[in-house]
Amino acid sequence: MNSGIITASYIAASALFIMALGGLAHQESARRGNFYGMLGMGIAVVVTIIGFVENNEFMLVGGIVVGGLIGYVLAKRVEMTQMPELVAILHSLVGLAAVFVGWANALEHDTSIVGIALSIHAVETYLGILIGALTFSGSIMAYLKLSGKVGGKPLQLPGRHLFNIALGVIAFYFMLQYMDTAATGGVLELTIMTIVALIFGIHMVAAIGGADMPVVVSMLNSYSGWAAAAMGFMLGNDLLIVVGALVGSSGAILSYIMCKAMNRKFLNVIFGGIGQKKSTAGAAGPAGSAEDIRSVESDEAADMLLNAKEVMILPGYGMAVAQAQHTVFEITKKLRDKGINVRFGIHPVAGRMPGHMNVLLAEAKVPYDIVYEMEEINEDFPNVDVSIVIGANDIVNPAAQEVPDSPIAGMPVLEPWNGKQTIVMKRSMGTGYAGVDNPLFYKENTRMLFGDAKERLDQILKVIS
Amino acid sequence: MRIGVPKENEEGEKRVALTPDVAVKMQQLGFTLAIESGAGAEASYSDEEYAKVGVEIVNDPKELWTSSDIILKVRPPNAHPELGINSIELMKKDQTIISFLYPAMNPEMLQQMAEQGINALAMDSVPRISRAQKMDALSSMANIAGYRAVVEAAQHFGRFFTGQITAAGRIQPAKVLVIGAGVAGLAAIGAAKGMGAIVRAFDTRPEVKEQVESMDAEFLMLDFPDAEDGSGAGGYAKTMSPEFIKAEMDLFAAQAAEVDIIITTALIPGKEAPELITERMVANMKPGSVIVDLAAEAGGNCKLTEANKVVSKHGVTIIGYTNLPSRLAAQASQLYSTNLLNLLTELCPEKGGEIDINMEDEVIRGATVVKQGNITWPPPAPRISLAPKADVGLKAKQALEKPEAKPAHPLAFLIPLLLAGGALFGLGSVAPPEFIGHLTVFVLSCFIGYMVIWGVSHSLHTPLMSVTNAISSIIVIGAVIQISSDNLVVSTLAGLAVFITSINIVGGFAVTQRMLRMFRK
Repeated sequence: MNSGIITASYIAASALFIMALGGLAHQESARRGNFYGMLGMGIAVVVTIIGFVENNEFMLVGGIVVGGLIGYVLAKRVEMTQMPELVAILHSLVGLAAVFVGWANALEHDTSIVGIALSIHAVETYLGILIGALTFSGSIMAYLKLSGKVGGKPLQLPGRHLFNIALGVIAFYFMLQYMDTAATGGVLELTIMTIVALIFGIHMVAAIGGADMPVVVSMLNSYSGWAAAAMGFMLGNDLLIVVGALVGSSGAILSYIMCKAMNRKFLNVIFGGIGQKKSTAGAAGPAGSAEDIRSVESDEAADMLLNAKEVMILPGYGMAVAQAQHTVFEITKKLRDKGINVRFGIHPVAGRMPGHMNVLLAEAKVPYDIVYEMEEINEDFPNVDVSIVIGANDIVNPAAQEVPDSPIAGMPVLEPWNGKQTIVMKRSMGTGYAGVDNPLFYKENTRMLFGDAKERLDQILKVIS
Repeated sequence: MRIGVPKENEEGEKRVALTPDVAVKMQQLGFTLAIESGAGAEASYSDEEYAKVGVEIVNDPKELWTSSDIILKVRPPNAHPELGINSIELMKKDQTIISFLYPAMNPEMLQQMAEQGINALAMDSVPRISRAQKMDALSSMANIAGYRAVVEAAQHFGRFFTGQITAAGRIQPAKVLVIGAGVAGLAAIGAAKGMGAIVRAFDTRPEVKEQVESMDAEFLMLDFPDAEDGSGAGGYAKTMSPEFIKAEMDLFAAQAAEVDIIITTALIPGKEAPELITERMVANMKPGSVIVDLAAEAGGNCKLTEANKVVSKHGVTIIGYTNLPSRLAAQASQLYSTNLLNLLTELCPEKGGEIDINMEDEVIRGATVVKQGNITWPPPAPRISLAPKADVGLKAKQALEKPEAKPAHPLAFLIPLLLAGGALFGLGSVAPPEFIGHLTVFVLSCFIGYMVIWGVSHSLHTPLMSVTNAISSIIVIGAVIQISSDNLVVSTLAGLAVFITSINIVGGFAVTQRMLRMFRK
């Protein structure tokens, strides 16, 4: 196959990938977008196999078939609540693949490259492996944290900033070394760098708290893209560069959106503590007196719902933990049948990764046209008769707007307190990820419904049906 | 502790301080309960219903009064018709009575209680703070009175409340004027509105305007130069200046000629009710009109009101019932009993069936009028301050508003552009042309990615991540190119890379597909 056809196929694949991402702009076109993605991937892989493979076909086909089967089974079996874990694992595989490809390329010296081109090539290889390795180890760490195999508390080593800087200096020093030794080997430099990058990845994610996981997952998404782009530079392959850049910017934008939704600076999240004001004033002590808490029982809550015309449901990750989304939908259906307008309000960081709550609701068959974003819904609250907060805390905390020295001050939040009544479903009076008490619980028009969300919602469902 | 609930013996009093529903919850607090036989009969709660939930039925009132640690009542204790003595005399040291007591009007009673060493909590002295709302029996009763006032008016009004267009012609809706938009007034507005009347309301406190309007009623404003705020302490109204009252009276005179029904609820604590409807105004009303005077007990808002009676003057029916809540006995008993339960819950935080009259607690302090031989009424003034709150909010807002950034130099935006341009030129002067070609592709792709991703719906961010995951496994191409190498290490590494990227490609696309299928309208 001549190189013109290969290049033409790569152009087609690039275009298809762009259309795949573009398709995700609307639910209606999203499935077609995914199909474009598959088509682009198919074209690229088939053309490359026909164009380049001369032997070792058995290993190639075996790898594709076995790997593909494993991937398929994983995709079919995963619970939607575990999506963040799956995505983290898949990120780690991209990183690992980049490390393998980078090493394979480094070991097979291309003697035709000389001079400045060689130096550039060496840097590309080096950076590609570096990004790949830290994506790999960082994603593994993220997986362990998300699945609860490692505690969610941030690891705060003393002198951790110095440690990071030292790792950076070592990596940079060996990159300069590798530029000289690349032509003849450079195995030692690459080995040291790979180890340094692995340690850096683990340490970076270990130092990030559970609340910041959405940022971490999207950041690793971005890294896996940059790793692919670096591979593209190394191999001189424009398709890899295009895809890498697309994925890289996608992850970066998601990280940005997540940071904005938490009113955090990206660097502050990644290297916790940089440029962070020490503000604990708002965190200490409860936001109201215990007597102001008005708790209700399920039947009273059900009555409030039945007497409402406009109901807003504000789910948090607690709903997913309690596996209550299906009951929530049953309640929604019953209320809508009675002519009550039920809508959902989703905060960008509700759940464990961007858009996670939408997927969980979609899985429970909640139609997507009654699920609204925070910005779309906040100004509607004055017309809402009853808002139900299910397993959420920080994302409905008025302290973000009312208490200037609160750790979450300035974070955009859902504003159910502007509505007529709010029911908050919670296990106890505990605080959320941010460790800040929530003045919403003490407001006059708030009723607390304590207990397991699933059990309580089942009781409510029984009363209204 | 044992709680006893005697039968109310005041004439016309049908309420009871305990309902079977509430009895269940009171027992959960650890109390044992006893009730005088027939106490709930007038409120439609039979002895059997009480017995079924474990309340002891006591036939002898004397036994009930003496054997209980806590007495729950609706009306203040009075002379017992059968025993011939005042019920208080049946009580002994350290017994507690919780009831409406009206301490301002009954100083002798407080004195007697103090001498006997009885503890007394007055339900009408529960402070009007937000925390105590669930025990605020005055509000509960006022709510019922407001509702019942409309029902009484309807009873004596010879027409529809609602307007109708019938085959026999058009019927005008009734016009209702509610004076005083407190709890009772608002309940009256709601009930009259619910029956289809046109409702107007007046109150000296301008802050209730919003509440009135939220119920779809019209708030009447005074044409008065200096808007005077009639809000007194504790959310009640205060006495107004003579000029204000004159303007007010003019308004009522004009309204009286126009409306069909007037419901007055104007009360000033500790004082005679203000006279708002004069005889002239009554005479000016249309024949068949109705006035319900909820202030009848305190002298009445209408000159012609006679307490506890329905009278007809100048063709207008004037209703002066003083105990409207008792005319909805089952409802009133239920709410009052729940108020008592909430107070007992506060008194008994350990749920061990023992009460602790904790004078540190603002609500309990306010309600307690006699404790251990001492009269503790009146309590210190309640702390109510709405204004400072708004102030805090304002401060917070100011603090949140970031100081405005200094305006940047108009050409400052060029600096990063110049830096980036310089770097590109530097790179271009040394790098081989192929590299620059790849760089072009890279930079443009980043921009395309930026544009495309901002367009992605927020709700599809999770599928976006899984699909980008799948396509970033395009690294497989690098591995495929290398797999045919003669170097065993290289081909093995490439083979492994093919294997793991295949997991990723298939897994990523498949899970995306699965998720997207779930999204439906």
